[in-house]
Amino acid sequence: MLEIKNLHVKLEEEDKVILKGVDLTVEAGKVHAIMGPNGSGKSTLSYVLAGRDGYEVTDGSASLLGADILDMEPEERAAEGLFLAFQYPVEIPGVGNMTFLRTAVNAQRKARGEAELTAGEFLKVVREKAKSLKIDAEMLKRPVNVGFSGGEKKRNEILQMAMLEPKMCILDETDSGLDVDAMKLVSDGVNALRDEGRAFLVITHYQRLLDHIKPDVVHIMADGRIVKTGGPELAMEVEQNGYADILAEVA
Amino acid sequence: MVSVKAKKLAPTDGMLSRHPAAPAASGWADAARASARDRLAAVGAPQRRDEYWSFTNPARLVSDQPMAAKPLAAQDTPVFGETDALVLTFVDGVFDPAQSDDLAGEGLEIQTLSDALGTDIHWAKDLFGVLEEKGQTPVPRELAMLNTATATQGFVVRATQPVTRPVRFDYIQTSDTSDAVIRSLVKVDAGATLTLLESGTVAARCNTVMEVDIADGGELHHVRVQGRAHDRQVFTAMFARLGRESVYKSFTLAMNGVLSRNEQVVEFTGDDATAHVAGTCVGQGDFHHDDTVFVTHDAVNCESRQVFKKVLKSGATGVFQGKILVKKGAQKTDGYQISQGLLLDDEVNFLAKPELEIYADDVICSHGSTSGGLDATGLFYLLSRGVPREAATNMLVIAFMDEAVQEIADEKLADEMRTHIAGWLDRHSAG
Ligand SMILES: Nc1ncnc2c1ncn2[C@@H]1O[C@H](COP(=O)(O)OP(=O)(O)OP(=O)(O)O)[C@@H](O)[C@H]1O
Ligand SMILES: [Mg+2]
Repeated sequence: MLEIKNLHVKLEEEDKVILKGVDLTVEAGKVHAIMGPNGSGKSTLSYVLAGRDGYEVTDGSASLLGADILDMEPEERAAEGLFLAFQYPVEIPGVGNMTFLRTAVNAQRKARGEAELTAGEFLKVVREKAKSLKIDAEMLKRPVNVGFSGGEKKRNEILQMAMLEPKMCILDETDSGLDVDAMKLVSDGVNALRDEGRAFLVITHYQRLLDHIKPDVVHIMADGRIVKTGGPELAMEVEQNGYADILAEVA
Repeated sequence: MVSVKAKKLAPTDGMLSRHPAAPAASGWADAARASARDRLAAVGAPQRRDEYWSFTNPARLVSDQPMAAKPLAAQDTPVFGETDALVLTFVDGVFDPAQSDDLAGEGLEIQTLSDALGTDIHWAKDLFGVLEEKGQTPVPRELAMLNTATATQGFVVRATQPVTRPVRFDYIQTSDTSDAVIRSLVKVDAGATLTLLESGTVAARCNTVMEVDIADGGELHHVRVQGRAHDRQVFTAMFARLGRESVYKSFTLAMNGVLSRNEQVVEFTGDDATAHVAGTCVGQGDFHHDDTVFVTHDAVNCESRQVFKKVLKSGATGVFQGKILVKKGAQKTDGYQISQGLLLDDEVNFLAKPELEIYADDVICSHGSTSGGLDATGLFYLLSRGVPREAATNMLVIAFMDEAVQEIADEKLADEMRTHIAGWLDRHSAG
């Protein structure tokens, strides 16, 4: 599904190298988790994959379902099936959540040569999916993320994901700011999307989330590289001992 | 001592000849007009070198001929179409009773300006040319003097109780050389409320002035959409006097416009009152849009807000001159002012002159002015959802303008503005 090879990334504006050779392959149907100390480059990796400006790829490659994505515009990557749930979802005043979602869904369908959803069809689907995430009609009408609590914003990210039905879902600290119930809600939302044809890359600091969204593979990222890869037990180890042992071991 | 600065007066004959003296009305109205004429002769026509016109060239507003401006066809979805209103229609700046509702409404007294100036309405007498003249210090507003001296069109509107059905001025332009002067007087009685809507391009050139008097506890909500005809030349001035615990909210939306100067002159005379003046505009090419605001706090515990957001593209110019004057004794004043330019490329100009002048010690006043491009994080967020770049840009433009739209108290009217803005952006980026 997602294949990252020897990815080197620096900031466009300064001579700061952030990713120093990331190798990572996520197979269809699997859930991979990335953990790692603050500042190790996890968010940067997700941004570079989604196509954010300001980064320069100096070496390596990344492909989604065999297609090289690094030269694509962010909206093209989205249409190819990439989705990033933001660590800090953005507020867009004056633009209704529904309008935004419908524009996104239909633009992607159009880009893929599929028929656009009519207002009625869209409404039916969005209501149903919103309900399971406990997002009410009022929240759907409000401007995108404006006045949403931290937890509501994260639920809204999952709603977008559910509506867009991406192939490769990257979740950047979707658990941060969630209370216990919201964590369950969000995890259920993610689990409902687990599918043979879909893969997840879950960035998190805590084992908690991985209790709900059970990963197949866990990676540890440090200083711009994947330094260790293992099964779910690796996340337990981090939870109990922190990163010191792992980092010492690979140093 | 009076300090006299040598200034070569610009002749006012052109301005005046264009708009012949109004026919005789009551003695008091004639006197007010004559005074305005004399005052105008004494200050001369506005010129580019005047400090108050340094960002906006007034030449096209004072020339004896307006520049021709092509009228646009009516819009499929009329602005404010969702809101039931008492509609008064002007064609090329002239009231057209045939396309208007009766001059009557629950809690309303409405007369044409010429009828009102021919009779002895005491409140109109206390307002006509009075706020305009007061608003001439410290800076002259010559075009408002011209308006007092020559206007024969407009309405005199009084709300005597909370009025639920808004009054709407619809402007239709049919002639590409029309040159309109409109003057309205609005009085909101103690405890009364009124919503006043305006929409459409008035004429090829217009000079529209309103004097507004809001008594204790009264509220005036003013929402205005200034049409779409690009070559129009617009001067407007709102003079508002606010009584105790009164509310004045005025919002203006402009799309296109080769020359617009919108002035707001607001004075707090009673304590605990609120005034919010807001505006947002979007334009490109030779678009030039100027908001000039002067708020005087002369009472205790009043709140004023100025929120102006300008979206500028390929050559467009946005101007904001805003002042908050807090007089001695106007304690507990809360004054806020923000002006922002969204620069969609490098060829645009956003010129802002924010000013604070404070003579009281227990006040909170803040002002800010910024200009910059589209929010990069917001853009990435939208693109990453698959929203095409053009639609994403439009959404961020809407988000930028929304801070001004949010100043409209009535949610339904605010939503109508949002729909109108979104529709315009859609058509324009498509075309
Ligand atoms: N645009 C930028 N400008 C300057 N520094 C940046 C920029 N983007 C990333 N960095 C730096 O790159 C490093 C990696 O940041 P990144 O946000 O990817 O870390 P992270 O692993 O997601 O951390 P956290 O766990 O705290 O979210 C940090 O040192 C960060 O300060
Ligand atoms: Mg991060």
